[in-house]
Amino acid sequence: MSSMTGIAARWMAGYRGTPVSRAFGSWLGKIAGGFLVLLVLTAIFAPWITPFDYAAQDLTNGNAPPGWPHLLGTDQFGRDVLSRVIYGARTSLSVSATAIAISITAGMTLGAAAGYFGGFFERAVMTVVDLTWSFPDILIALIFVAIIGPGLTSTTFAIAIAYLAQFTRLTRAQIVRLKRETFIEATINLGAKPHHILLKHLLPNAIAPVIVVGMLAIGDGIVLEATLGFFGLGAQPPTPSWGAMMSSGTAQLFLSPWVIIFPGVVVAVTVIAVNLFGDELIRALDIRDRIRGS
Amino acid sequence: MLEVRDLEVAFGPVAPLSGVSFSLEKGETLGIVGESGSGKSLTAMSVMGLLPLSGGRITAGSIMFDGQDLTNLPEPAYRKLRGGRLGLITQNPMTSLDPLQKIGPQVDAVARLHLGMNASEARARTVEILGTLRIPEPGTICNRYPHQMSGGMKQRIVIAMALAADPDVLVADEPTTALDVTVQAQIIRLLDDLVKERDLSLVLITHDMSVVAQTCDKVVVMYAGRAIEHGPVEAIFDAPQHPYTQALIGCIPKGLSDDEHLTGIPGTVPNVLNYPKGCPFHPRCTQAKEICATDVPAFVQHGNGQAACHFPGAPQ
Repeated sequence: MSSMTGIAARWMAGYRGTPVSRAFGSWLGKIAGGFLVLLVLTAIFAPWITPFDYAAQDLTNGNAPPGWPHLLGTDQFGRDVLSRVIYGARTSLSVSATAIAISITAGMTLGAAAGYFGGFFERAVMTVVDLTWSFPDILIALIFVAIIGPGLTSTTFAIAIAYLAQFTRLTRAQIVRLKRETFIEATINLGAKPHHILLKHLLPNAIAPVIVVGMLAIGDGIVLEATLGFFGLGAQPPTPSWGAMMSSGTAQLFLSPWVIIFPGVVVAVTVIAVNLFGDELIRALDIRDRIRGS
Repeated sequence: MLEVRDLEVAFGPVAPLSGVSFSLEKGETLGIVGESGSGKSLTAMSVMGLLPLSGGRITAGSIMFDGQDLTNLPEPAYRKLRGGRLGLITQNPMTSLDPLQKIGPQVDAVARLHLGMNASEARARTVEILGTLRIPEPGTICNRYPHQMSGGMKQRIVIAMALAADPDVLVADEPTTALDVTVQAQIIRLLDDLVKERDLSLVLITHDMSVVAQTCDKVVVMYAGRAIEHGPVEAIFDAPQHPYTQALIGCIPKGLSDDEHLTGIPGTVPNVLNYPKGCPFHPRCTQAKEICATDVPAFVQHGNGQAACHFPGAPQ
């Protein structure tokens, strides 16, 4: 039985437990995953662990270098950089996660419907979705800024639209592939109604790659949020955001480099951690070929 | 119960199935035999109303089930029949179950859908059916995933799903091809017992003549999308009239002596795109004469059976 040897081989290769616990199995997964868990906890408990009020200005102590009591120094208004970086994590993570959640929900719905029903509906949906993909992310953000003004709502919608095509295409590809599987045919043979087939059999089997791509997209979303913040299209002062902090830091790049370096480093490390952990998750779920195929 | 008459199926301009007729009473087992590509599975798909899925359609003939013509039945009504009064057992149990769902819910779903049972009634029924299919510890099996089970077990689960809504007709499309020999015999015996216990009508599609001899009441022999001989199983095996049927029966290994060689039929089933003129079997037939290459033979009555051959009963 080939399926038995497959399971046995996976067992030998350490395929035990849930995919997430397997992703934490390697040292890379431990480091990347550990960092992300720490980051999320930091963001959640920000009010209790920040040493200073992120918005409190102390103009007499502007551009103070890292030291005590301002561990990462202060910006030109004397605000504590560490506190702002911690609160920035809240902004970045929540905006990115919300946007990707919207994107996944809409993308899976559209992609599943397109893949399942096919025909003219499929072509119409895919054409519109591909069209959104052809716009640069910044341009999408500018459209939203023009409509509802700069801020986190615009940023969230811009990120959601920017990644919509990816999830729609991925889900559609999974559904089209699964539709031809014998067990779906067998389900039809038992008289199942279309919505039952779609919700109970097709979507659950299509969800694994979407989870991983969603994970990676959160990383990209963080970069996009920082980019928009950098251009002043995202979080508006005094809301702390990594991108906006870097933007304000450019003016004092040589006077007080810590203002731009620390948020920059945190963005970079976060995105690297997200990608490394995403890779571990792909390995743990054993779906590399399914993701490449989309 | 089920009567198929002069069924013709087309995929665009290609007609892979024509002139297929058979009938089936309650409690009877009908065998459909033939080599790969002879149209056996296509016949099953036609009965189940699954042709539109792969782009085919019925162009002529009728499928009467309990006095109702299925050929122009609308899809929602067909959906009620499928899995309800018409059960299908598919070829490949390995891939016929959803890999992400436990066995229990998958089988339960059938009774819930067709018999309107609630979750606990459906589960009780599932456990009962799994028990009658001689599955050990049916309660535990319900909590297993398909990948934790052997092929023979999975095929029993697939049979359980087909039986869950108490069908009148069961279509088994090569139910044993994916299983190893010892399990094959068990599954065939199981199906045979089910027919007797539940007074089912079974359409057994197979390429194994010895299975037909053991279990069926009637046989239809198919070749190149046509029925070429049909009749009661004793008649067909005692005095096969069509050279193809004779050759198929000749292929059953007797297993008695050391110097016996396995026999085959030279050549292959013709491709759908160029079925030969005249009798479809004539290029491979040892008895072929000129007329076989030009005229399609009509059915000739012989005893209780009929064979479509210009020279029926000619010795090989």
